[in-house]
Amino acid sequence: MSADLNTILPEILLSVFAMLALVGAVYTGKDKLAPMLTWVTAAVMALLALWIASTGEGTTPAFGGMFVDDAFARFAKVTLLVSAAAVLVMGQEYMERRGILRFEYPVLVALSAVGMMVMVSAGDLMTLYMGLELQSLALYVVASLRRDSVRSTEAGLKYFVLGALSSGMLLYGASLVYGFTGTTLFSGIIAASGEGPAPLGLLLGVVFMLAGLAFKVSAVPFHMWTPDVYEGAPTPITAFFATAPKVAAMGMFARVMYDAFGGIAGDWQQIVALLSVLSMFLGAIAAIGQTNIKRLMAYSSIAHMGYALIGLASGTEQGVSAMLTYLAIYVTMNVGTFAFILSMQRDGEPVTDIASLNLYARAEPARALAMLVLLFSLAGVPPMLGFFAKLGVWQAGVAAELVWLVALSAVASAIGAYYYLRIVFFMYFGAEGAQVDSGKSPVLWALLMGSAAVMVLGIVNLFGVDGMAQAAAASLVN
Amino acid sequence: MSNLLSIVTFLPAIAALILAIFLRGEDAAGQRNAKWVALIATTLTFLVSLFILTGFDSGNTGFQFVEERDWLMGLKYKMGVDGVSVLFVLLTTFMMPLTIAASWGVETRVKEYMIAFLLLETLMLGVFMALDLVLFYLFFEAGLIPMFLIIGIWGGANRIYASFKFFLYTFLGSVLMLVAMVAMYADAGTTDIPTLMAHDFASETFSILGVQIIGGMQTLMFIAFFASFAVKMPMWPVHTWLPDAHVQAPTAGSVVLAAILLKMGGYGFLRFSLPMFPVGSDVMTPLVLWMSAIAIVYTSLVALVQEDMKKLIAYSSVAHMGYVTMGIFAMNQQGVDGAIFQMISHGFISGALFLCVGVIYDRMHTREIDAYGGLVNRMPAYAMLFMLFTMANVGLPGTSGFVGEFLTLMGIFQVNTWVALVATSGVILSAAYALYLYRRVVMGDLIKESLKAITDMTAREKWIFAPLVVMTLLLGVYPSLVTDVTGPSVEALIADHNTALAAADRLGDPQVAAASH
Repeated sequence: MSADLNTILPEILLSVFAMLALVGAVYTGKDKLAPMLTWVTAAVMALLALWIASTGEGTTPAFGGMFVDDAFARFAKVTLLVSAAAVLVMGQEYMERRGILRFEYPVLVALSAVGMMVMVSAGDLMTLYMGLELQSLALYVVASLRRDSVRSTEAGLKYFVLGALSSGMLLYGASLVYGFTGTTLFSGIIAASGEGPAPLGLLLGVVFMLAGLAFKVSAVPFHMWTPDVYEGAPTPITAFFATAPKVAAMGMFARVMYDAFGGIAGDWQQIVALLSVLSMFLGAIAAIGQTNIKRLMAYSSIAHMGYALIGLASGTEQGVSAMLTYLAIYVTMNVGTFAFILSMQRDGEPVTDIASLNLYARAEPARALAMLVLLFSLAGVPPMLGFFAKLGVWQAGVAAELVWLVALSAVASAIGAYYYLRIVFFMYFGAEGAQVDSGKSPVLWALLMGSAAVMVLGIVNLFGVDGMAQAAAASLVN
Repeated sequence: MSNLLSIVTFLPAIAALILAIFLRGEDAAGQRNAKWVALIATTLTFLVSLFILTGFDSGNTGFQFVEERDWLMGLKYKMGVDGVSVLFVLLTTFMMPLTIAASWGVETRVKEYMIAFLLLETLMLGVFMALDLVLFYLFFEAGLIPMFLIIGIWGGANRIYASFKFFLYTFLGSVLMLVAMVAMYADAGTTDIPTLMAHDFASETFSILGVQIIGGMQTLMFIAFFASFAVKMPMWPVHTWLPDAHVQAPTAGSVVLAAILLKMGGYGFLRFSLPMFPVGSDVMTPLVLWMSAIAIVYTSLVALVQEDMKKLIAYSSVAHMGYVTMGIFAMNQQGVDGAIFQMISHGFISGALFLCVGVIYDRMHTREIDAYGGLVNRMPAYAMLFMLFTMANVGLPGTSGFVGEFLTLMGIFQVNTWVALVATSGVILSAAYALYLYRRVVMGDLIKESLKAITDMTAREKWIFAPLVVMTLLLGVYPSLVTDVTGPSVEALIADHNTALAAADRLGDPQVAAASH
C-alpha cells in the first residue's frame, strides 16, 4: 500500500498543496494573497516537474494497475506542469491589473493539473474518468472567471454543456467496452479484445470513447466549442487552455488507444486519420478569415492537434514519439505566442484585433522579431523547430504507409501558412494606423524571447527532447 | 581547413548577428556602419570562398571538402561540393558584395535590410552545399523568409500581393517535395544525399485508383520534386509569381532573385531528380522538354509587349531558364554542361540587367519604358554598359550568353529535333525584345523634359559593373573555365544515369539511345 502511495506522491503533494492554499487563503487575506499564491503555485508545479523528471525510473503500476507511472506519463506530466507554471506566471500581472486575479485561480489551475496528471497515468477506465472530470470541472470554472462579463460566462457555460456531453459519450463508450470485455482495467481490455477483428459492440464502445476524447483535444468535428471559449475567456486562461490541457488530452488519448485498444489498432487508426485530416483542413481554412488573434489561435490549435494526431494514427512507437515531440514543441510555441498576445494593449486595455498590429515592428523591433520567429515556427517553416515537429510526424506517417494522410497534411500546411503570414504582414508591412503598445512586463518579455530563442537554437540538438520522447513512446507501445 | 564550407556558409550569418546585437541607431552614421559591415562581410566571404575553388580537384567526381557531424533526430549535418555545385557557391559569394554595393541608396530600416541579405546569403550557400536531404530542405525553405521580408518591406507599391504570392507559391511546391523526401527516407533508411544517389528506388509500374503510373514510385517522387523545382526555376506555366516578385522587389532583391535563387531549381534537378529518379526523369522527359520549348517561345512573346522594364527582363529570365531545363533533360554532355553554363552566365547577365534598371530607377523612380528615351545623349557610359549586357542577353558570340544557348541547343538537337527547332526560334525572339527595349530606352533624341537633367553613372555604380563586365566577356571567349570544372562531374552523372536506365531496361527508348551515342 505504501508503495502505491509512493507512486502517486506527486499527485498527492499537489492536491494537498492546493487544499492548503485554499484553506489558508480563505482564512487569511483572500484575494490580497492571490499574486503571491500564483507565483508559489507556479514554483511548486515547476519543482514537481523537476522532481518527476529527475527521479522517475522504469514502469511502476500502482493500485493493481489502475494507475501507471512510466516514462510516457512522466514525459507528459513534465510538459504539462512546466507549461501550466509558465502560463500562471505569465497571466498574473494581466489579471491583477484587471481585477480578476482571485485566489481561486491558482488553486483551480493546480487542481486541474492534478486531474491531468491522473489522466496521463490512468491504467483503468475509472481512473481515467476521474482524472478527466477533475480537470474539466476546474477548467469550466476557470473559463468563466470573469463573472461580470457576458462573454466569459457564456464561454464557461458553453464549455460546460458541451464538455458534459462529451463526458457522457465517453462514459457510454466505456460502459460498452466494459460490457464486452468484462473489465475496466486497460490490461484486461487489451487481453480480452485479442488480436483479431473486434466484436461490433466493443467497436461501438471504442467509437464513442473516441468521440469523447476527440472533443477534449478539439479535433474536428468535435471542435465547435474551441473558438468561442478561446475568445470569451480572459487571455491568460485562453493561454492555459491552449497548452497544458491539450498535452494531457493527447496523452490520455494515446494512453487509451495503445494500452487498452492496442490490439485492435487497425480498427481505430482510420478514424484517427480522418479526425486528423479534418482538423488540419478546417483549422487551416477557417483561420483565414479571423480578425481576432485569440480566435485565430483557436483554429491554429485545432490544426496543430490534427498534425499531432498523424503520429497517433500511424500506430507505431515512432508515431507516439513524434507526437510527444510535437506536443512539447507546440506548447513552447504557444506559451511564447500567448505571452505576446497578453502584452498587446492600448491605453492599458487589452487588444486582440490583428489589424491593430500595424507596423508593430517599427516600434518594437525585438518583440516583432521574436513573434516572427514563432509565427514561422507555427507555420512549419525551417529552420524553426515547428518544422522538425512536422517532419517527425510525417516520417512516422510515411513509415506507417499513411502517405495519403501526409500528402494532404502538406497541402493543409501550405494553406495554413497564409494566416500566420498575415500577422507578419500586419507587423512588418501594414499601413499606418492606431498603434498598440506593449506593457512593460518583464515576465512576458522573457517568456516571449525565451520561447523564440528555443525555436531557433533548438535546431542544434532539439535539447534532447526527441530522445526523451523516444523513451516515453517505448514505454507505452510494447 | 576541414570546415571550410561551414565557415563560408555561416560567415554572413555571423555578420548579421553582429549587426543585430551591436549596431544601434537609425541615424546616418548607423546606416553607414550597417552598409560597411555588410559589404566587408560579403567581400570576406567571397575571398574565403576562393579557397574552395583553388583547393577543388576537378578531376575528382565525388564530393569534396566533406564535413559530417551528428545532428538531431538521427539526421546528419553534412556539407560538401562537387563539380555541379561548386560554381554555384562561387556565383553566390561573387554576386553578394555587388548586391550590397548596389543597395547603397537604401534609406529605410537599413540595418534590417542588411541583416536580411546576409542571412539570405547563408541560406543560399547552404542550399548548394548541403549533402543531407533535410539540411538541404532547411536551407531551401528558410530562404523564403528573408526574401518574403525583403519584397514585403522594401518593395514597390504592390509589394504585399507579390510577397504573399512568392511565399505561398513556393511553399506549396516545397512541402510536396518534403513529403517525397520523407518517403525516400522511409524507403532508403537514410537522408544522406550521396547514398541516396546510389540507391535504386522502385520503378515498377503500378496503378492508383485505376490510373497506371509508369515508372511507379520514381515517377511520383519525380513529380513531387518537380512541383518544387519547377516553381523555383520557374517553368511555364507556374512562372507567374516571378514577374510580380521582380517588379515589386527592390533592385538588390531582384538581382539576388534572378542571379541566384532561380538557379536553385536547376541545381535541384541535377542533384536530385536525375541521379535519384533516373526512370522517373526518363518517363517525364518529353513533357519537360516541351514545357521548356513553350516557355522559351511564349515568355519571349510576352516580353515583347511589356511596358515595365523589370517585367520585361523577368520574362526574359523565364525564357532563359527554359534553355536550362531543356539542356538538363537532354541528358547528354553538351546539354548538361550548357545548362550549368547558362545558369552561371545568366547569373551575371540578368543580375547586371536588373542593376542597369536600378541605375535609372534610382534617378527617375519609374520603370515605365515610355518614361525614357534618348538616354545615350546624357549617359554615354550607361548606354555602353546596357548595350553590352543587352547583347549578352541576346546571346551574341563573344559573350557568355552565347555559349550557354549554343551548348544547350546542340545538346537538345541530338535528342529531339523538333524541340530544338522551336527553342531556336527563341534566339530570334530574344534579340527582338531585348533590342526593342534598348532602342526605346537609350536611343533616339532626348525629348522628355524630365530626363534633361539626368546624370551619368557615378564611380560607385561603374565599379559595381566592372566585375560583371569582366566575367561576361571572359566566359564568352574562354568558356572552358566553367566546363573544365563541371565536365568530369557531369560526365559521371550522365554515365550513372544511363547505367540506371539500362538496368531498368529503358534504353530501348529511341531518345535515350540517341543520347548515349
